[in-house]
Amino acid sequence: MAVMKKKGKGGIPPISTASLPDVIFMILFFFMISTTMRDMEVLVKTQLPDATEVQKLEKKQLVSFVYIGQPTPSQEAQWGTAPRIQLNDSYRQPRDIGEFVASERDKLSEADRQAMTIMLKADKGTRMGIITDVKQELRKANALKISYAANRTLAQNQ
Amino acid sequence: MASNKKEIKEINASSMADIAFLLLIFFLVATTMNVDTGLSRVLPAIPPEDQKVEDLDVNERNLLAVKVNTFDAILVAGQQTHITQLKDKVKEFVLNPTNDENLPTRKDTEIEMPDGSTWIYPVSEGIVSLTNDRGTSYDMYIQVQNELTRAFNEIREDVAHQKFRMDFMSLAEGERDAVAKAVPLKISEAEPVNVGGN
Repeated sequence: MAVMKKKGKGGIPPISTASLPDVIFMILFFFMISTTMRDMEVLVKTQLPDATEVQKLEKKQLVSFVYIGQPTPSQEAQWGTAPRIQLNDSYRQPRDIGEFVASERDKLSEADRQAMTIMLKADKGTRMGIITDVKQELRKANALKISYAANRTLAQNQ
Repeated sequence: MASNKKEIKEINASSMADIAFLLLIFFLVATTMNVDTGLSRVLPAIPPEDQKVEDLDVNERNLLAVKVNTFDAILVAGQQTHITQLKDKVKEFVLNPTNDENLPTRKDTEIEMPDGSTWIYPVSEGIVSLTNDRGTSYDMYIQVQNELTRAFNEIREDVAHQKFRMDFMSLAEGERDAVAKAVPLKISEAEPVNVGGN
């Protein structure tokens, strides 16, 4: 009886937090697997257009990105609001695309070069002029597989 | 003697949760989760300069001209069309259900099936030719591309149902290739021209 009394005195025992690290590690591993590293700062506004028939890009390492759009507000003072092309980390001219494609192609192995895809991430407010220029440069650089980045939506026109 | 027998104290693991939290927050901030999706296209190769530009002999009935101007208005085969009507027009053009003389011919083609047999399907010879202006908005351009893709995807879906009684996406890879060959995505983009003058 004496023993029982002693136990009752403490009230509800504190919840064990020994498994908390394990739970957090599980969440951590989930995020490590399902996300990708942010590899560059995007200097242009890219609000992507919507489309219903989009496909997922299969192999991330075969994809190079070309961003097209207005400079972000922090860059506007220096660069104005006319749409610009961003390759890697800086604004470039359409004529630089050939060089960009060549350097991206060099990063890939011989077998993968044919499958290289260029993804155009362009703002939906952009006019086609600059995009046509980019497409012509890509044709000249013989990078013919392209993909127009778009967000998946369900039935937009109904 | 008693002090020798003392075992090494257990390491205090209560800060492990904090360390794990820190790592978790680092990964939350430094990574992105968005999956890149887009409309895939293959650009035509630039013909070599010494090659003469010769007009491809495409029968007029096999060509559907889709033009988008500076004001994002769409002209399909000479008629102004709203974006919502575009898909059905393209489907009618490709399928030619009434064997109209002004719509494309269909040519019986042997398609090899994954199991070794051949499947003869009247493949449409129609080509959708898309022309845009430098002033066309990218949003409208993608919408038009999307509608064109949707038309072809719906036809593929119908063909897959007729032939295999299954959805196109649930077919095996070889069967899917066969259907894709039966309904090729024939969208051609003309050499850019500056129509709008800006």
